[in-house]
Amino acid sequence: MTSSAPQDPPLADNQGGGAPSRPKVGLFVTCLVDLFRPSVGFAAVKLMEDAGCTVEVPAAQTCCGQPAFNSGDRDDTRAIAASVIRAFEGYDYVVAPSGSCAGMLKKHYVELFEDDPAMKQRAEAFSARVFELVSFLTDVLGVSSVDARFEGTATYHDSCSGLRELGIQSQPRKLLATVDGLKLSEMRDSDVCCGFGGTFCVKYPDISNKIVGEKTRTIAETGADVLLAGDLGCLMNMAGKLKREGTAIEVRHVAEVLAGMTDKPAIGGGRR
Amino acid sequence: MQITSPGFKENARTALDDAPLQRALGNVRKGFIEKRAKASAALPEFDLLRDNARDIKDHVLAHLDLYLEAYAEKVEAAGGHVHWAETAEDARRIILEICRQKNARTVTKGKSMITEEIGLNDFLEEHAVAPVETDLGEYIIQLRGEHPSHIIAPAVHVNKDQVEADFRRVHTHLDPARNLEEPTTLLSEARAVLREKYFEADIGITGANFLIAETGTSVIVTNEGNGDLTQNLPKTHVVVASIEKIVPTLDDVSQILRVLARSATGQDMSVYTTFSTGPKRDIDPDGPEDYHVVLLDNGRSSMLGSEFQDMLRCIRCGACMNHCPVYHAVGGHAYGWVYPGPMGAVLTPSLMGVDKSGHLPNASTFCGRCESVCPMRIPLPKMMRHWREREFSRNLTPATARYGLGAWAFFAKRPALYQAATRLAMAVLGRLGRSKGRFSAMPLAGGWTKYRDLPAPEGETFQAQWAKRRTAA
Ligand code: SF4
Repeated sequence: MTSSAPQDPPLADNQGGGAPSRPKVGLFVTCLVDLFRPSVGFAAVKLMEDAGCTVEVPAAQTCCGQPAFNSGDRDDTRAIAASVIRAFEGYDYVVAPSGSCAGMLKKHYVELFEDDPAMKQRAEAFSARVFELVSFLTDVLGVSSVDARFEGTATYHDSCSGLRELGIQSQPRKLLATVDGLKLSEMRDSDVCCGFGGTFCVKYPDISNKIVGEKTRTIAETGADVLLAGDLGCLMNMAGKLKREGTAIEVRHVAEVLAGMTDKPAIGGGRR
Repeated sequence: MQITSPGFKENARTALDDAPLQRALGNVRKGFIEKRAKASAALPEFDLLRDNARDIKDHVLAHLDLYLEAYAEKVEAAGGHVHWAETAEDARRIILEICRQKNARTVTKGKSMITEEIGLNDFLEEHAVAPVETDLGEYIIQLRGEHPSHIIAPAVHVNKDQVEADFRRVHTHLDPARNLEEPTTLLSEARAVLREKYFEADIGITGANFLIAETGTSVIVTNEGNGDLTQNLPKTHVVVASIEKIVPTLDDVSQILRVLARSATGQDMSVYTTFSTGPKRDIDPDGPEDYHVVLLDNGRSSMLGSEFQDMLRCIRCGACMNHCPVYHAVGGHAYGWVYPGPMGAVLTPSLMGVDKSGHLPNASTFCGRCESVCPMRIPLPKMMRHWREREFSRNLTPATARYGLGAWAFFAKRPALYQAATRLAMAVLGRLGRSKGRFSAMPLAGGWTKYRDLPAPEGETFQAQWAKRRTAA
């Protein structure tokens, strides 16, 4: 992995100006990675350690609170947010291997504390230190290439929150271009939703199915061997549909490929 | 019109099984999106214009009462009449009253979503006044006895063959040998029929895209020119518009117009942008002798100052639905009332109550594409979430969802307990799913496994593995 000077100075850090020489990162694992695909968490740890970070994983974390937030349950969301903010105070950065959870932490926590100025201030300081994994590597740490090999053709889906809340689009592609052996074949409409939408996919399964069906069609058209994205929710949705359709396309989180950790079975794939 | 929003799920199911509809929706998905993308990319200041447009409307909404008064004064000074309608019923009554005064039998109509909102056509017909839609799309769905499925392309759900069949059914003068296969021949046939109606009509009714406070002018944008004929040929012109259509000045209108057509159809400007101020003056060669404006509130003033105020910036360009994956999947009729797509998901609950339209703000993946293209920068997902909050606090959320959420939140707020419970559950699931790597059915997860497999967890949770790694280190 090589680093160049970061293009943009980090938004905030506790040392006042400039990235700390060995940044201390708190990994926000995300509930889906914790429960379903720990390998993504370990890939994230590896990528950040290789880039010179000290990575810790606060035990007092569960979920970012989106299921409650998007169901209109503000009180529970606020309680969860407060405990996340508390758990991650004292880190230079808070990094999540998910655009959706990072978006929640970065873009929505502050508005939860409109009526609580002290907490709002803490939320603001917290949000400024939150990043999604891949954009953290490229935009904050200045990572411009990775030391990984992957033999095959990949296609990349832009998950909605990462794309539209955090502007993540070029960063993963830039790093994927440096993976040995990997060829990227873009799908049509890579910026169109996969139909996951958290609880949406189980509340409106018929509509969700229609949307993910369009998505798997565009994926198949690329002829790729592997589908990559930066959000496990979307990946599980698309993997579940591809499997149901009987397609052989593998599905992985982009961090697994960037970290060169693709020895585990793919998402929804059995033991080889 | 019959409201079917409570049956959104069933409506959606029907729409998904409707093959011709699905083909028609494919055109929305491609055409509109590409055209908007091109038009916005060709204008370097497009995003600045969006900011500007937002600011203009925000300013108006902060002083709406003053601007409405100023507007009404100008209309009357120009010789027009202003009618204030608090409810849809008031608006219908006022319009019927004007029809009666004029002994009107036929009214021509320019395309207007507000008259859809107040259910004007059915009401007029019940009172022996024949409304004739003059916008081609509106004309087609009037023939079919339907309602618009899109706010700028009302007949987007209908295909060419269906239109031909409708024309042959209603235009009985048609020679069976006449070729109606091309959209252009359909258009000229409609033109020929409508041309006569313009002259027969006693009153022309139009909506308004904008009402200009400084001049008392109403503005419509169209592509067919039907609006001009509708408002100029009959003796009386009635404008029906909702109160938030106000903009302060002519200059403000020209700024917002620069984002309207680009966002809607990808045109730089619509073909016709028509300004009308009062009735015909002595120096005017033509125009209506009588000019009325019906200003409709219908619940909008209660949105002012609420978390839904931003919705009143909407200029009805349709970009949000053109870019919405849910709209692409089910089309406009599934939403069950006048306003479909993301803007409908916010506006409909405001106008008819969230108890009747609760599905609409819930049936969104929050992908955010609507907000990313809205020329007025309306935070549509955020406002849909506000509706979900209202539902949740009023206990309107379905019991099963509430219960599940409550149980989940209980654990999510207690990390130690959560980790102990999930460690066990994932170990079991991981073992069960290990060989295949996925489940094709799962109790309590039917919504997921009906259409897709559920990837199995790897087994040990990340937290459990991390704790081990730490103790080992
Ligand atoms: S909400 Fe925005 S995008 Fe949708 S119709 Fe209104 S102005 Fe257009």
